[in-house]
Amino acid sequence: MQAERHAIHIVRRGKVVEISDFAPTETLLDYLRLRERAIGTKEGCAEGDCGACTVALGRPGEGEGTEYRPVNACIHLLGMADGAEVITVEDMARDGELHPIQQSMVEHHASQCGFCTPGFVMALFALYHREAPDGLDRTQVNDAIAGNLCRCTGYKPIVAAALDACADPVFDGFGTDETIMALKEADKGKTLFVGDENRFFAAPVSIDELAALYVLHPDATLVAGATDVGLWITKQMRPIDRVIHLGRIREMTAIEDNPDSLVIGAAATYADAWDALSKLDPDIAEVLRRLGSPQVRAVGTVGGNIANGSPIGDTPPLLIALGAETMLRHGGDIRVLALEDFYLDYGKQDRQPGEFVESFRVEKPGPNTAFRAYKISKRFDQDISAVLAAFALDIHQGIIRSAKIAFGGMAGIPKRARYAEKALKDISLNDPSGWQPAIDALARDFAPMDDHRASAAYRSQVAGGLLKKALTEIAGEDTMATRLTGTREAADVGLT
Amino acid sequence: MSGSPETGTLDPQVNTTGELRSVRTSVRHDSAAKHVSGAALYVDDVGEPAGTLQIAIGASPAAKGPIVGLDLDAVRTAPGVVAVVTAADIPGHNEISPVGAGDDPLLADTKVLFHGQPVFIVAAETREAARRAALLATIRIGEAEPLLTVEAAEAADSLISPDFNIVRGDPGKALETAANRMSGNFPIGGQEHFYLEGQAALAIPQEDGDMFVLTSTQHPSEVQKVVAEVLGLPINAVVSEVRRMGGGFGGKESQACQWAGLAALAARVTGRPCKLRLDRDDDMVMTGKRHDMLARWQVGYDDDGMLEAADITFLAKCGFSTDLSNSVIDRTAFHTDNAYFVPHIAARTKRMRTNTVSNTAFRGFGGPQGMLAIEHVMDQVAHRLRIDPFDLRMRNLYGPDRDVTPYGMTVFDNIAPEVMEKTEALSGYRARRREIAEHNAENPFLRKGLAITPVKFGISFTATHLNQAGALVHVYTDGSVHLNHGGTEMGQGLFTKVAQVVADEFGIDLDKVKITATTTAKVPNTSPTAASSGTDLNAMAARIAAARIRERLTDFAAETYDSVAADIRFRDNQVFVGNRAVGFADLVRQAYMARISLSSTGFYRTPKIHWDREKGQGRPFFYFAYGASCSEVTIDTLTGELRVDRVDIVHDVGKSLNPAIDIGQIEGGFVQGMGWLTTEELVWDAGGRLRTHAPSTYKIPTSSDVPAEFNVHLHDGINREEAIYGSKAVGEPPLMLAISVHSAIFDAIAGLAPPVVAIPLDAPATPEAILRAVTAVREARP
Ligand SMILES: Cc1cc2nc3c(=O)[nH]c(=O)nc-3n(C[C@H](O)[C@H](O)[C@H](O)COP(=O)(O)OP(=O)(O)OC[C@H]3O[C@@H](n4cnc5c(N)ncnc54)[C@H](O)[C@@H]3O)c2cc1C
Ligand code: FES
Repeated sequence: MQAERHAIHIVRRGKVVEISDFAPTETLLDYLRLRERAIGTKEGCAEGDCGACTVALGRPGEGEGTEYRPVNACIHLLGMADGAEVITVEDMARDGELHPIQQSMVEHHASQCGFCTPGFVMALFALYHREAPDGLDRTQVNDAIAGNLCRCTGYKPIVAAALDACADPVFDGFGTDETIMALKEADKGKTLFVGDENRFFAAPVSIDELAALYVLHPDATLVAGATDVGLWITKQMRPIDRVIHLGRIREMTAIEDNPDSLVIGAAATYADAWDALSKLDPDIAEVLRRLGSPQVRAVGTVGGNIANGSPIGDTPPLLIALGAETMLRHGGDIRVLALEDFYLDYGKQDRQPGEFVESFRVEKPGPNTAFRAYKISKRFDQDISAVLAAFALDIHQGIIRSAKIAFGGMAGIPKRARYAEKALKDISLNDPSGWQPAIDALARDFAPMDDHRASAAYRSQVAGGLLKKALTEIAGEDTMATRLTGTREAADVGLT
Repeated sequence: MSGSPETGTLDPQVNTTGELRSVRTSVRHDSAAKHVSGAALYVDDVGEPAGTLQIAIGASPAAKGPIVGLDLDAVRTAPGVVAVVTAADIPGHNEISPVGAGDDPLLADTKVLFHGQPVFIVAAETREAARRAALLATIRIGEAEPLLTVEAAEAADSLISPDFNIVRGDPGKALETAANRMSGNFPIGGQEHFYLEGQAALAIPQEDGDMFVLTSTQHPSEVQKVVAEVLGLPINAVVSEVRRMGGGFGGKESQACQWAGLAALAARVTGRPCKLRLDRDDDMVMTGKRHDMLARWQVGYDDDGMLEAADITFLAKCGFSTDLSNSVIDRTAFHTDNAYFVPHIAARTKRMRTNTVSNTAFRGFGGPQGMLAIEHVMDQVAHRLRIDPFDLRMRNLYGPDRDVTPYGMTVFDNIAPEVMEKTEALSGYRARRREIAEHNAENPFLRKGLAITPVKFGISFTATHLNQAGALVHVYTDGSVHLNHGGTEMGQGLFTKVAQVVADEFGIDLDKVKITATTTAKVPNTSPTAASSGTDLNAMAARIAAARIRERLTDFAAETYDSVAADIRFRDNQVFVGNRAVGFADLVRQAYMARISLSSTGFYRTPKIHWDREKGQGRPFFYFAYGASCSEVTIDTLTGELRVDRVDIVHDVGKSLNPAIDIGQIEGGFVQGMGWLTTEELVWDAGGRLRTHAPSTYKIPTSSDVPAEFNVHLHDGINREEAIYGSKAVGEPPLMLAISVHSAIFDAIAGLAPPVVAIPLDAPATPEAILRAVTAVREARP
């Protein structure tokens, strides 16, 4: 590989900053706090869950301007910020005037101890810069701050402050033409390689380069959004010497929206893929809305969610129920695998050393397919699922012709419920008395685990309950009467 | 004023300026602008002196057993490591119990008593180097059977101290003769504080072996004392300072000391400044929480639901050491009556010593568990009798001729009935009760519930000696004021409120009063900022200090301008002597030239309170704070999921010193209490490891958990006792407003069960707990 750059470039306060002396695992937060001494950004948990370290990353958007996304600096690798404008809470006030978000928070008494506040300011800054033609409501603000914990205020004044500040047109001096120019200067568009063969941070710009590099270093750690890998660094202190970042490969962040299918690059973030995936079904939109937080979705990828092999990842069951395939690549070789076959056993996937997930492909559900998905967790927002259920039923005149059901949290891998699927075949939606065998069959499909998220008994019972709920809804019940959140009638899925 | 002699000349309701300009207004938090711009400094943000080392902790890998091997060689030789410190390096005492119990080592020495207990520390050039090195230790712990639950501890008779009961009448007999009786077991979960700023301390060695510690604590004097004892120094050799905390909630009362003590120890050993900032997971594993308890209850009642007898035994999980558990659990006993008169009542408490982290203070300080238990009993009785739970509660409230608590204190300021009725009216309870019944009749999956519960919370430290405070006020020659007191700022707005009081004492603008960091060098021997008493105590002390200076200035002005003290007024940054106005700063300058002292201390102690623990009698509380809340919830009977739909609160803060801050405390306290009772679940595994040791697994409420309709009303009242300007404490009481959420969930489930079936709803009511209760009542249906 011909590395053409040996330093990253970020935009700070309008200026391009070049950084070449960093460890592959150095986090953006450590860079800010320890090197820049920009101590306004706080470390609350070092695992992307509390949002106190939120900063905004700006990159050229789809249209003219700059797109700002909130990011958890604590698990964002410094190298990943390459080419971005990095805005922290200290940068917000201009000429001694607080930013409208800051001013509104002050006026609404939205801080008590203040430790969470910089993170909220930055999450709301990203919201402030997002287009909301119809204005914002409380639910959208809640979604925007789902990744920010506050233990003092009870959130009410923060939400009020956000609604107030965002009601006015954007006017804060950010995202100007100068910003775009600085970003263009910072984004060298060339392959990055910082370090040496033993210890490096690399960010190839093409799939071919990636494939070659990974074959050469099959023990390197692939990093897409680092929302998993970041925790290996900050919590498990895993020694990671070689990092290959996928985020700069255009071909791998691409989304191909065909009439019958979607092909999504493995490095496309949830935020990138949001629109395309959400259109598949309102329930997918709802699961995505509750997956992580804006900070996690800004950088986290479906590819990473698939590749990490977690039994509790949210997207694999959705995709398996829709019959998705994944494209795996090793050097120049590509193979296509049904996603469900990718998962072999707990912690074990069908992936060879040097092989990576290039993309995945999912058929759009047809008019005869009824799809339902449910995420069950202790807390609605930003929580890992105890159970995730996805149902795709092929229905003809009220009769289930075939069913694909996949669960997360019910086994060591995301897994189909084959017995239940079989039991549903030829069942009538109009006769609930015929549903029980399928519900009972789930007990043969799964022997879930007891852990701190839920007991085995709860998981089993809920799995049955969700099947019943899905059937009830598909049979015609209004979801206002079956769900507490994410009703399909509302199908107003909000923003990313 | 009759109370403390110190307050002799001060009117409790008005000040001598004749006008309150800052007090009673919604002044912003003094640090609001700094919070939002990232300029507010917390311990980890303050510039470190050159050469500062970073500390990481080596923790016990087992819950109990002798330390049979401790191999730290690999730690010592790891890159960047400067020192590895064990108990053997402690020059003073390896003992930090806040109550002198002798069971709280700074570092485990010969044995470990819970999983995650600190065994050694590493000081290294960087935090990462320290954390990596700490993982290289080999700690071998001998076999031993840990006691992990209160039941196991009970069977082993493992206690931190003898049982303590508050009993009135003869509950045993009254239970026998009561028309009806019920009993049950009610498990109540604990709660992690989850202050957003984790525990942190920076220790900087001084000359003569003295030590300066910058710490994040609610109790700087305790940190000072602990550091002195650990280092073998007199207390005057240590200064501890705290400007602000990123949240405390009780978790930084006694339990900030260990981290400051360890930082100081490392600083002593290395001779270099040392900083210890706990990683979040370490913080959650190594610091104590709200006590989880098991309540075994029996109740006797008549056919109208009047309680005749209640006998509740609380088994409290104290953890491995005493810490503050005795006072915490005393408060459980004090609050088992909540707002109700029960003629024959016993609140019995057992203080179980377990091999888990040592549980500690947490907003409400044991009170919430007592109140939750009796409210749960109310719900069970109402369900059994098919009486509206609100009516049942109203009947049982304290009232005329039934106004004495089980510990012999008259509920002299009882406004519970008023506050309950107001909540009933404002929430539209009756109409909504009907709507909910209609909704439930038509909805098999989603069931609604509604409940109103009261709060009556006793204000004062029950350890009477702690009810004292000191302040120090200086006026400089430009008329600017320097304010210091023993209270600490953790977000609750204490500093703002005290500054409001001081500004009004001088009749000057609030921005003339400089708020300064709490330090043991300015105000000594302070009490923790706890028990909701921060403002009651410190605002009073600061007012007294300011008043003394004002009185000196008054005398000086009277003399200088040939007037009498009674004709002199301080207002609008001026001093009016009869018709003549002198600028406050001018008068101050003249006073300085005339050699008048412009500095004063102030001291306050709460009057009237006393408590005889032996006899279980006294007046432990200066007054009570009241409130009530109405919650409406919907549960999903297929999954156990919960949504809190609407909450209406009426809360009593007396005459508010700062309505915005008080409402902030109420909203925040409610949401925190709601978390305790719903999503916040602590799970330990069979080896005694805390499995929910991070925000990824321990779920405090997020914004979307807050009810879409959330109405908070301040009760329009005044403190009948002489607290600062008629206000009432507000830190803790609102947390317990959230009990109505638990009761509303109970109500939703009760709708599925016939009266004969008791509702087995535990706390927290996680989706799993809700589904378990739903399933149990469905299966029990006769
Ligand atoms: C606060 C927080 C909340 C979260 N909430 C949720 C949630 O609600 N639901 C959920 O499912 N997950 C959740 N997660 C987990 C995580 O965000 C997701 O799994 C995410 O999709 C991972 O994507 P990533 O791009 O960040 O992966 P990374 O961390 O970059 O990588 C994850 C793993 O996949 C490998 N990998 C990445 N891309 C490829 C590729 N193209 N080919 C081969 N291997 C690859 C990496 O080497 C690594 O092993 C949460 C995480 C955090 C921090
Ligand atoms: S203000 Fe303290 S955590 Fe939000």
